[in-house]
Amino acid sequence: MDSNLKKFILRLADDSMILGQRLGEWCGHGPVLEQDIALTNIALDLIGEARNYYAYLASVEGKKEDDYPMLRLEREFYNCLLVEQPNGHFGDSIIRQFLFDSYHYYILDGLKSSKDETLAQIAEKSLKEARYHLHFSGEWVLRLGDGTEKSHNLMQDSLNNLVEYYEELFTPAPFEVWCMEQGYCPNLNDVKDKAIGYARQKIEDATLTWPTEYFSRTGGKAGIHSESLGFMLTELQYMQRAYPSMNW
Amino acid sequence: MKDWPLFEIFIRSKNGLNHKHVGSLHAADATMAIQNARDVYTRRNEGVSIWVVESKMITASDPAEKESLFEPAEDKIYRHPTFYVLPDELKHM
Repeated sequence: MDSNLKKFILRLADDSMILGQRLGEWCGHGPVLEQDIALTNIALDLIGEARNYYAYLASVEGKKEDDYPMLRLEREFYNCLLVEQPNGHFGDSIIRQFLFDSYHYYILDGLKSSKDETLAQIAEKSLKEARYHLHFSGEWVLRLGDGTEKSHNLMQDSLNNLVEYYEELFTPAPFEVWCMEQGYCPNLNDVKDKAIGYARQKIEDATLTWPTEYFSRTGGKAGIHSESLGFMLTELQYMQRAYPSMNW
Repeated sequence: MKDWPLFEIFIRSKNGLNHKHVGSLHAADATMAIQNARDVYTRRNEGVSIWVVESKMITASDPAEKESLFEPAEDKIYRHPTFYVLPDELKHM
């Protein structure tokens, strides 16, 4: 398998893995029991999707599925910066989720016709889950954006802060340019048009304003991460680092 | 969130079966109640359809009236169809 395709698959896996881990941090801390369960359900969907990618890579490279999330260092993760951002308050997590979901749904939709059959199958399977995630986070964007003055302002602040990480999702890394040319990855510009179109409409419906002036941050796809990823990985990888090859 | 109303949740496990009461939860409105019910009560593949009803919409019989309402039926065993002799060919009765 070409190294560009491997990186692309890792990037897809890492996005879902890291966001899943972040959402898992809500377990036991959700604002109400129902949302606590909802967020951890989504976490499990995402980690399940990531496992499919890791298992695929493992079968190609003769490694173990766990080697990828548990034994790589920070600079070897290719997830985008958005998914590693701390949970913040519930509104922060919802905006982060909504931005990711809008991208996630449309890239999976495009991946269904990937030239790589395994990727196409994983996408087909995950798309149903992603559709629900988008519905879930969109519903909360509407409720909180168009809620009370306080919830509206908090959501607007969250959006202003997190929008800086949105465009990285659609900015092709060199390995993605190669994958688009080869037909493995859908055209990210098309994905961007659909995703941003959807997201902006929903933000507008929620009486929020899409920020006009912001500095887009990138680096995740090249392994250059924000500070928070290191802390996350420390927690995520603790057991494997402390007790190498442990099983349970 | 403290003033969120309570909803009763009914799930139909299979097409053709009845919706069954599975529990209750708090939600801001019916749409959220359906979404919450999906996440709380159908995680293990329990259902194909969800109904939600705000708990206050349900009128219940008074437990104190249990005797007058239900006991009169207790000694009327002839209301049960157990006195018929069924032919052997009849299954599943």
